[in-house]
Amino acid sequence: MLKKITDRRTLLKGAAAGGLLAATPLASRFASAQSDAPIKIGFQQHSTGIGAAYGRWYGRTTEAAVKKINGEGGINGRPIEIVAEDDGTDPKRGAEVLEKFANQHSCDIAFGTLFSHVVYGSAPAAGELKLPYFVVSEGHHVASGALNRWTMQPGITDVKSQVAAMAPFVSKNLGKKVTMIFPDFAFGHDHRDFFTAAIEAQGGEVLEHIAIPPTETSFTKYFPKIPRQTEVIYHVMVGPGVLTFVKELGEFFGPSRPEIFGFIDSLEAVDMSSPGLEYLEGTYFWEGMPRYAQASQSAHEKAYRTAVGVDDNGASLSDSKDVSTYAHMFGCWETLHTIKAGMEYADYQGPQDRQKLIEAIESMSIMPESAAHPQGAKVFNGRTHQTFGHQYISKVENSKLVLAHATSIADTFYEDEVDYTKMSF
Amino acid sequence: MSAAQKSLALHLGLIGGLFALAFILPTYHHGNFARIMVLATYAIGYNVLFGYTGLLSLGHAMFFAAGMYGMGLAMQYGGVPALPALFLGIIAATILAAVVAVLALRTIGVAFMIVTLMFAQTGFLTILYFGEWTRGDEGFVLQQKVRQIAGLDLSDPMTRYLAAWVLFSVALLATARMMHVAFGGVLVAIRENEERTRMLGYNVFAHKFAAVVISGAIAGAAGAAYGLLFGYVGATFASVQYSIFPLLWVLLGGAGTTIGPFIGALFMFYLIDYSSGLTSAYMLIAGVALVLLTLFARAGIAGEIKRRWAPWLP
Repeated sequence: MLKKITDRRTLLKGAAAGGLLAATPLASRFASAQSDAPIKIGFQQHSTGIGAAYGRWYGRTTEAAVKKINGEGGINGRPIEIVAEDDGTDPKRGAEVLEKFANQHSCDIAFGTLFSHVVYGSAPAAGELKLPYFVVSEGHHVASGALNRWTMQPGITDVKSQVAAMAPFVSKNLGKKVTMIFPDFAFGHDHRDFFTAAIEAQGGEVLEHIAIPPTETSFTKYFPKIPRQTEVIYHVMVGPGVLTFVKELGEFFGPSRPEIFGFIDSLEAVDMSSPGLEYLEGTYFWEGMPRYAQASQSAHEKAYRTAVGVDDNGASLSDSKDVSTYAHMFGCWETLHTIKAGMEYADYQGPQDRQKLIEAIESMSIMPESAAHPQGAKVFNGRTHQTFGHQYISKVENSKLVLAHATSIADTFYEDEVDYTKMSF
Repeated sequence: MSAAQKSLALHLGLIGGLFALAFILPTYHHGNFARIMVLATYAIGYNVLFGYTGLLSLGHAMFFAAGMYGMGLAMQYGGVPALPALFLGIIAATILAAVVAVLALRTIGVAFMIVTLMFAQTGFLTILYFGEWTRGDEGFVLQQKVRQIAGLDLSDPMTRYLAAWVLFSVALLATARMMHVAFGGVLVAIRENEERTRMLGYNVFAHKFAAVVISGAIAGAAGAAYGLLFGYVGATFASVQYSIFPLLWVLLGGAGTTIGPFIGALFMFYLIDYSSGLTSAYMLIAGVALVLLTLFARAGIAGEIKRRWAPWLP
């Protein structure tokens, strides 16, 4: 069973520290700005390979965040310079790219990786190079303790907390008897393990786990495995097969379907009005951040949406067919703002202060909703190097995602699995 | 100077040069060369089968991954120290190569390519299937503290470079020696004319079998070393592109030459490294370079040097 973090008092103490942190930057900016040389941030970008759609939008968000931060005086008065290198969404190249950042481009830090296998492949290099490495991956790798003290995920929540936070909504509103359909590789297995435990904690159960081999192109033969008494289908089909999956699911069930809940990861950068997706009408999705501008959107979110060049439907302002990866890319924006806060708090001057930067960010806790955190407030756990935040559940109505529920941050907590602060540098 | 002496001088010169570079290269290139030497070892293994025996495998990633996972799983779950784990990785790849050899050598030519490709795909999917232990596509990290041999920290750049250098040197000298003795001659004879070799009384199957096993073992050693030196074990290394890479390196560098695999791996690494700084379409640049080489230097870089200027090149 998943347990929530018990020591809320620590969080309250953290809140005080967070306030202190927020107050410090201006003072230190002027006190110690000795150099106006740019702070070089190596951006490990998935420009090619399976992550290219994400990489493109991570790039745009990064650019927008840097423009904003530099426009407001940079970090400690120094502008940010992004050094982007394509990792081909490949773990071997990922590690090489980190070496390039540290040893060739003389970057201060590295940032921006999404795909988990690239994070795993690159993190050892970050540890050996003693290069602060900020991933924007939503993987559970950081918080699981598998990586090292130099790797952090302060700008996006991890899959374990996202999945765990869905269970209360699913069991209360959709049903307690769930059948899960997921790809038969690590990402799917994370969903299988974390959601099964979370729904059982809510008094529900998973009737059937249907793992789809990654090479599958047609899904019809798997659907008869869905038990009749299923109340909710939980799906997380990532990859180009998703359109076929939805179409075939529609053909299988027809009009009398169970409730359907999915993760938007399957449909990031995909237009919700694409032919074949009609069957998703009335179904629910997890979203990291609502793709469609909601009536309730905050001023911070509105400003962020404009800054990254995304319209009210989540597509590019210059091309309505170019749909963003809105549920994830805010992570780049928020991570860069956290790096700025950390560097200013640590009075970061250069690579010799990399350790101080890690320690500064480890000491952070509460991050209120703000221009720096437009997705919502966050609670950063310095021990596990992982941030926690609100999760959103949207319903498809008229081929648009309409916000149905926002979880609390506390819904996303689970027991610590590691204390990186006890590890040596 | 006889051809044999020239050949020895070339190999020792290359090995000596790489040793000297350990103390000269700037940090970034120092790290790159450590990687390149391990990848070149992989290519040396591939060259034994493709370059010398004339068997084109499209599935060598399975041997590389068998070595990597044999080593990695033993360390991760068995708590085996690094050096024995390295040998376990090599043993795993050797056994796999023997099994694949028995089955795949029943075919020749295009069928051999397809059968090896299918075996490799099976290997890749098997790794994903046992995701609970292999962590499948995500892979797993080998922590710095366990990556030590006799107190030497393999994550230290200099130690890592020298470890990669030892691996590369052993593989280079062993294959150079192999091609110098009768066994290597028979492999080349099989490549040139299998029927005639059989007619001359050589056991062609036994030689081909040995070639697959030696090739697989060297590829496995490279895979195990790569995982150990760089701290990551993952299914990506079993995917089809990692079967294609050694073929490209060997073709570029010169199939059937001892130093070709190193030249190919070096050339390709820096081609991608530099061109990716210029454009995101760097694979296009790599592709154009390959087409040009195929048009104007069909035997690869070392092969072309051998043809034009240095016929003694081993």
